[in-house]
Amino acid sequence: MTINRHLIEGRAWVYGDNIDTDQLAPIHSYKDKNAEEGCKFCLESIDPNFSMKVEDGDIFVAGANMGIGSSREQAPLHLKLLGIRAILAKSFSRIFYRNTLNLGVSALICLEVERISSGDILNVDPLKGRVNNLTTGETLECDPLPEHLMEIINDGGLMPHLKRKLF
Amino acid sequence: MPSMTLAEKIIASAAGLSSVTPGEIVTCKVDLAMIHDSSGPRRAGKMLDELGVPIWDKEKLVVITDHYTNDPDPGSLKIQAITHKWVNDKKLPHFFPEQGICHVVLPEKGFLKPGLFCVGGDSHSTTGGAFGAFMVGIGATEMVGVMATGEIWIRVPQTLQVNISGQLSPGLAAKDVILKLCGEIGVMGANYMVVDYCGTAVQAMSIDERMTLTNMAAELGAKTGLIVPDKVTSDWLTAAGVKNIDIMNWQNDKNATVAKVIDMDATTLCPQVAAPSNPENTSDVTDYSGTFVEQAYIGACTGAKLADLRMAAAVVRGHKVVKGMRFFVAPATTHIQDLAQTEGTLEILKDAGAVVLPSGCGGCIGQGAARLEENMTGISTTNRNFVGRAGPASSELYLGSAYSVAAAALTGKITDPREFL
Repeated sequence: MTINRHLIEGRAWVYGDNIDTDQLAPIHSYKDKNAEEGCKFCLESIDPNFSMKVEDGDIFVAGANMGIGSSREQAPLHLKLLGIRAILAKSFSRIFYRNTLNLGVSALICLEVERISSGDILNVDPLKGRVNNLTTGETLECDPLPEHLMEIINDGGLMPHLKRKLF
Repeated sequence: MPSMTLAEKIIASAAGLSSVTPGEIVTCKVDLAMIHDSSGPRRAGKMLDELGVPIWDKEKLVVITDHYTNDPDPGSLKIQAITHKWVNDKKLPHFFPEQGICHVVLPEKGFLKPGLFCVGGDSHSTTGGAFGAFMVGIGATEMVGVMATGEIWIRVPQTLQVNISGQLSPGLAAKDVILKLCGEIGVMGANYMVVDYCGTAVQAMSIDERMTLTNMAAELGAKTGLIVPDKVTSDWLTAAGVKNIDIMNWQNDKNATVAKVIDMDATTLCPQVAAPSNPENTSDVTDYSGTFVEQAYIGACTGAKLADLRMAAAVVRGHKVVKGMRFFVAPATTHIQDLAQTEGTLEILKDAGAVVLPSGCGGCIGQGAARLEENMTGISTTNRNFVGRAGPASSELYLGSAYSVAAAALTGKITDPREFL
């Protein structure tokens, strides 16, 4: 493992509690569209311009129960395809949490997300469980990712991880 | 050996360990995996093929179509074609196309029993807990891992015990219990935990009603829901043709540790309704009495089992739906539809003005004839009412029991169903 490979630096987009999978991936966004097309509908019901605003390398910050609802993997996949590299939240809905990590995107539980505003530049270390808010100069604590999940993240997600393990 | 809950016993057994404790991360061997037409062959199946490895055990994989079976539009037809081709290519022995919703078809076909460790490619896979199986929902990539290796990691959950004492009054149902619980502890009230439903009211419930409780453990944020198996369980499973049912060894130990206990009294419960757009926006039906609704939908895994159809029939018998009301009934499975037809329940619903729709996820996920239209308000027996789930973002959805939905169909307003019983 290279020392800083897992560090993520990017601009924060802050949303509230209970961001659900119907908001992240409404059924018309994935029933008969590929994910590259479908991700444009991500969060349209609460922020119609989200998909146009977000850029590669950005960080999604949510309140409690991020990703509540369905097991549909398009929910975190849409965020990933729009460029989101890490998701910080007070808590996660369990299937969304696993789906996010399985896609190679860090999902980190951070109880101090209130100290982040949209537009802040964050530097996230999932291994140490630390978020540096470069805009405010504050350092926030988050739960470090357990070793077996860090391994999946370092491999780039569960698919590349399985490829490495099985072949 | 330390005292364990039923959930801990199943996880320990699947992990090949003598015991486990909450918080511990273990790798379990999967006894059964279920996939459906949305996240199954077209997503997980495609990725498995990219990986180029065989399915670990075809006997342990069940494929069911239910998400895109209601509309003959090109998108749905393409998904069905992909599903059929993948199942045929893989020569899978257990395929149930268009026979109803996966969470109800799976036990009907005899795949569940106490002590099994199961995964399903759908969040409401928690339903399996009604049979004493530990069953969790997972996403598509995770399912690739299961199909490739037959294993999955899991963090042993803490237990939230919900003790429902007393007995439900006439006109009350398991749906009222679970909506009340959603209101009390919220949609993250049981995050990462397993919900163990127990108490006299649960013991008195049929399997259909127990499935409503475990199904909506998902709406509490739980890893899964469980009901300790008893004679009701074994009788139902025996009738479904299941062999070697072990009840005795799959119980909670007397001194097993639970993280939290919630006591509810079923006897004093009022019918519950969840207002738009979150299942935790729950209140007594009387608080919403008079709210205008244009559609009433009896459907979904949680809300269109035979017991639900009978509840609706008890309310509408001898009445007609109010003019202008769209009243849809989509029995959870074709088998349930046949039973309801034979016993006359379906006829009562049709006489009242119900339009019977094909079995499948349908209106619950905004598919088929029961999809809500722009600015429409509906009430349904489904499990989620998030913005944009059952129709466009401008539509609004209330959730209630089959009694409450049927009563609203008759009056055009949210109504206490006990007025008709």
